[in-house]
Amino acid sequence: MRTITFSDATLEAMKEEMRRDPTVFVYGEDIVRQGGIFGQFKGLPEEFGDRIRDVPISETAIIGAALGAALTGTRPVADMHFADFISVAYDELVNQIAKNRYMFGGQANIPLVVRAPDGIINQAAAQHSQSVEGWLMNVPGLILVAPSSPATAKGLLKSSIRQNDPVIFFEHKVLYPQKGPVPEGEYLTPLGKAEIRRPGTDVTVVTYSLMVQKCEEAAKALEAKGISVEIVDLLTLKPMDTATILDSVRKTHRCVVVHEGVVNGGLGAEIAARVQAEAFYHLDAPVLRVGAKDVPIPFSPPLEKYVAANLSDIERAVLRVLHREA
Amino acid sequence: MPSRIKEFPNRFAELPASDKVGLLRTMVRIRAFETRAEMLFMNKKIPGFVHLYIGEEAIATGVMANLRKDDWITSTHRGHGHVLAKGADTKRMMAELFGKKTGFCKGKGGSMHIADFSVGMLGANGVVGGGYNIAVGAGMSAQIKKTDQVAVCFFGDGASNRGTFHEALNLASIWKLPVLFVNENNRYASTTPTGYHLSSARVADRAKGYGIEGYTVDGNNVVEVYDAATTLIENARKGKGPAILECLTYRIKGHYVGDPEKYRTREEVQAQQRENDPIERYFAFLAGKKAADEATLSALRAEAEREIDEAVAFAESSPLPDPEDALDDLFSFSPSEFPEAVR
Repeated sequence: MRTITFSDATLEAMKEEMRRDPTVFVYGEDIVRQGGIFGQFKGLPEEFGDRIRDVPISETAIIGAALGAALTGTRPVADMHFADFISVAYDELVNQIAKNRYMFGGQANIPLVVRAPDGIINQAAAQHSQSVEGWLMNVPGLILVAPSSPATAKGLLKSSIRQNDPVIFFEHKVLYPQKGPVPEGEYLTPLGKAEIRRPGTDVTVVTYSLMVQKCEEAAKALEAKGISVEIVDLLTLKPMDTATILDSVRKTHRCVVVHEGVVNGGLGAEIAARVQAEAFYHLDAPVLRVGAKDVPIPFSPPLEKYVAANLSDIERAVLRVLHREA
Repeated sequence: MPSRIKEFPNRFAELPASDKVGLLRTMVRIRAFETRAEMLFMNKKIPGFVHLYIGEEAIATGVMANLRKDDWITSTHRGHGHVLAKGADTKRMMAELFGKKTGFCKGKGGSMHIADFSVGMLGANGVVGGGYNIAVGAGMSAQIKKTDQVAVCFFGDGASNRGTFHEALNLASIWKLPVLFVNENNRYASTTPTGYHLSSARVADRAKGYGIEGYTVDGNNVVEVYDAATTLIENARKGKGPAILECLTYRIKGHYVGDPEKYRTREEVQAQQRENDPIERYFAFLAGKKAADEATLSALRAEAEREIDEAVAFAESSPLPDPEDALDDLFSFSPSEFPEAVR
């Protein structure tokens, strides 16, 4: 299979969907003149003209207008530049977009995608490094998606654009230049379905986005110690594929949740709660969580490194649920 | 009375006689609906909050007379007048206020969240200033699909201080979106008077900052509102871009039904009721031109009362939602297809 970058995989998804449906359009800061910070929009203006647009630095308008566009017969893709800036348009997202369909009794579909580049990269510091899915987990009405590879990025972005509901599409910034195998031609990756990234028998590690590859690295290291780790890659964070998590935990009897965002109040808490409620008697150890410490992401490299979860944190958690010493 | 800053072409004169009476009919219907809603709320038939449009009827009426069914509007928490003037069915509207299953929103929205997408009414809004960007998005749709549809965003004087105003107006201006921003300046943002909360003398003055046209008209004179809206909506439809139309009006009732109104005097309100009632003023205007008489007005009032009677009867006889309906309508797929989605 050919290998392309994550960035190019999303670009292919955009091109295919924009060719397929003339009501799909995309707008955001610095996407026409610059081609996107990660080159993920290069070439679209030449082919699609004014269906790709630069916008002023106006996040409430970027996200808020997506709702109006979606309600009136188009399928907008709004680029958020950095996921951190979702906070600027929080009302638009949580009080308008997330509630519109429900509040009005299901009168209209809301086919919109907010692309949200997130995660720690290059000492970008506190306001350009966050994983903000935790902010939105508590809001009914949003679909949260987080691809982990070029192949899942393409298939999930295409599915998100075709979905008749608001999708927040988290793309880890570290993933953009990474290459991976991507099938030729059209394919869709279903929303709401997790994938077993690596089968195993001793411990279930539930994770998503960039952390999938960190967990794969940890799993390889642990394999040398005779430990078989099963990795569940969520892909869709909400609605979550709980069944796949539970099936895995019922097999391995142990569970660790790994994400880049802060542990406190994060996705791991929700997953741990679901596992203990529905698979309590299958568990041989408490569910553990691995993620960032409960501070903003600091600037200086040693500080950043200390706050973020690393390989040894993952390995240590796996050993702990196995009641083994690191 | 405030004088208008710009003379718009007298397009009202071109209206057939029946349409001129039609404007009166719409205002009378809104007044009848609101008066009844107030009573029903006080009698505890309507739960929640109710914000009445009484005294502001000329604005929704004069603007909406220029819109097609496929044009869009966004509304405010004081939205009943907009819904009615855009052509929504009174029965389903009243049923929504009652929280009934037959309401526009199946009882999930109520007065503050009422919408009828089938007539392009994209929703009242519980967040002040929440409508601007929705209207801008609708304008983007028209541009992307290359249609000549127009979006009208209604907003209050208080809402003109939201940050969303700035972002929406700037974007609408640079993209020349077909959006008309209609300000209903009713002199109070809840309890706070415009003299205190506005940094500019007029909301329309703010248009300068966005390089667009902004005009102020007497919002209690339906003819003035109509004339201004005709020109500005035609401009938007032709691709000339957005504008602000500020309509000076007065909120006769409190911010909400039950408001103790300690921030203004009875005399102030009574003077407005006496001298500046948009229905009385328009009726006097029509009567002066022999285009309507007392019989016309009482017939319209009787017709409106009958319509509201029927709406109330429909609402009262309609079933309440089933409790488990609370889990429907969040997504385009049903909970039975994907139980995880409404876990």
